[in-house]
Amino acid sequence: MPEIPGSPNDVKVEVAMGKLLRIGVLLAASVVLLGGVVYLVRHGGERADYHIFRGEPTDLRSIRGILKDAFTLHGRGIIQLGLLLLIATPVARVAFSLLAFLRQQDHIYTTVTLIVLSVLLYSLFGS
Amino acid sequence: MNLIEFSLVLGAGSFAAGFLGALTGLGGGVVIVPLLTIGLGVDIRYAIGASLVSVIATSSGAASAYVREGYSNIRVGMFLEIATSTGALFGAFLASVISPQVIAVIFGMVLLDSAYHSFRQPVDQPCKENGHQDRLATFLKMHGSYPTRNGEQRYCVRGVPWGFSIMFGAGTLSGLLGIGSGALKVIAMDRAMHLPYKVSSTTSNFMIGVTAAASAGIYLTRGYLDPGLAMPVVLGVLAGSFLGAKFLVSARTGLLRMIFGGVVALLAVEMILNGLKRTF
Repeated sequence: MPEIPGSPNDVKVEVAMGKLLRIGVLLAASVVLLGGVVYLVRHGGERADYHIFRGEPTDLRSIRGILKDAFTLHGRGIIQLGLLLLIATPVARVAFSLLAFLRQQDHIYTTVTLIVLSVLLYSLFGS
Repeated sequence: MNLIEFSLVLGAGSFAAGFLGALTGLGGGVVIVPLLTIGLGVDIRYAIGASLVSVIATSSGAASAYVREGYSNIRVGMFLEIATSTGALFGAFLASVISPQVIAVIFGMVLLDSAYHSFRQPVDQPCKENGHQDRLATFLKMHGSYPTRNGEQRYCVRGVPWGFSIMFGAGTLSGLLGIGSGALKVIAMDRAMHLPYKVSSTTSNFMIGVTAAASAGIYLTRGYLDPGLAMPVVLGVLAGSFLGAKFLVSARTGLLRMIFGGVVALLAVEMILNGLKRTF
């Protein structure tokens, strides 16, 4: 049976994907909010200074550094972990599509999705 | 301003941006960077980083509502994501070699373009049932259908290479400027590939998150993503767009689109002037 977008099978996959996206965003937003509260309680009185670009310290640039900062309950580290979860949400969506196309034995789109996934993973881990 | 005041101001501004962006369909991302740079004097690189993550949040949040209605075309979206995600990597690379002044000017021009698009009405091209079908689009199984008042409406896709090229450009702008480039994505799909407007706009929204994630990883590892700045922006835009989407059904969006389009145009001119005066 030819699979066209909008067929019942695709719709089921799309609904599951929608759920995945919503859960990812809600989780990420809650972590960001938690980190924001910790950060502002500790540093809220300090002066805001974003006029001059300095770049972030190295521990907020790598996944390992962010995890370390977040689990030692640094506000900025927790927020950054939330942002990392947010970035990971579309990546999870693509990984999920890969499984769906594999199960439908759709070789063209399995390949297409693999390419997209490797670009995303390169961006997160490769650079 | 201390950090609490700064976060509150920024959160409120982002909330308004997200709310209007969702109501008008222009997206909140386009006004976040001007709000941060012109309004609060933030360095444009930080501003772009914060805008990029807010774009992921709204795209992913809204996509969950759209996909249920069966408009978006997952295959078209996934195929074009090859173009947008590699474009986004390229854009993020460009952002590190182009000066902030030039980025500000490009940003302003893209902003003018999206303001212009808020004034024009989309036109759908119907699918000729017996007409010649595009071979590449057929091979890629892109043709589809979407629900209308008169039942399922079929549509045929064509112009895949054109759409793919425009999408690479959309991805590059997204990675360079921290915006969703939704307007350009919709052009690629409804002009070049003849997808119905409803399908192209929801599929575009679906793709924006993946595109933005591709460059956000680079921004993070390069140190352009500041947690203190991104926190109020992400939470504000997310809450605003969520509320905006709730109001969408009842609001008269025609006039609102015109007003918001006008505001965006003013911001665009301001960005270009500031870029030319080298105040970034």
